[in-house]
Amino acid sequence: MATDKQTKIRTRIRNGVTDVLVLVDHPMETGLRTDKKTKKKIPPHFIQVMSFFLNGKEVATANLGTAVSKDPLIGIKLKNAKPGDKLKITWSDNKGESGTGETTIKAD
Amino acid sequence: MTHLSRRTFLKSTLTTAVLATVGGTGLLATRRALAAEWPKAAFTAKKLEEAVKALYGTDQMSPSASVKLKAPTQAENSAQVQIQVSAEMPNVEDIAVFVEQNPSPLVARASFHGAEGYFSARMKMAQTSDVYAVVRSGGKLYFTKQNVKVTVGGCGG
Repeated sequence: MATDKQTKIRTRIRNGVTDVLVLVDHPMETGLRTDKKTKKKIPPHFIQVMSFFLNGKEVATANLGTAVSKDPLIGIKLKNAKPGDKLKITWSDNKGESGTGETTIKAD
Repeated sequence: MTHLSRRTFLKSTLTTAVLATVGGTGLLATRRALAAEWPKAAFTAKKLEEAVKALYGTDQMSPSASVKLKAPTQAENSAQVQIQVSAEMPNVEDIAVFVEQNPSPLVARASFHGAEGYFSARMKMAQTSDVYAVVRSGGKLYFTKQNVKVTVGGCGG
């Protein structure tokens, strides 16, 4: 399913290691909160799987739970990445929504 | 075969399959398949030990100084607690973060097939708790823990 939720990626090369930070616009609803007006439980809505691809090869996979904060900011590090490499992030949530973000690693 | 027995059969084979994979008999491919599937049992477990066991097939883990957990000693905002885990050991396969006193302790886990043994995120905490960073390397589990204080009202002190 397509989504309007943005996936932003920031990279920075420091001492040969590339820091990757991914920010997704997502409510990360736990399912434990109650709507103050209707007194009904707000159903859970959260990202479950996030995959990191470097030049098309999957280098890391993260599983997230409801305890990850709203608008999750997830960081990983890559040692073998260099400027010009393509980085792609995909995610999917418990409601079947998914998103993708792509970037090219730049030299600092 | 009756309907009931077929259900039971499916259930038991599924459990065996999951246990076999978690047991680490697997190749890289099966491990990757496991992370691609969201591990529901581990995320819904209510106790730390149960969650670790559901995720890794064992709750045997040893404390290690090679597992570095960076977290605040006191959380200003319990809905946004910044944590960083880095594993300073070779062959890091997996990193998981648990908050012992959360309704479901498992916060997140990451599997690595090329990336460094590092994971950072922001998480919610229900109350003051020990935070566990668990690392799997060479099929063994290592951990470090730190207490993070949550102040109601968020005024610190």
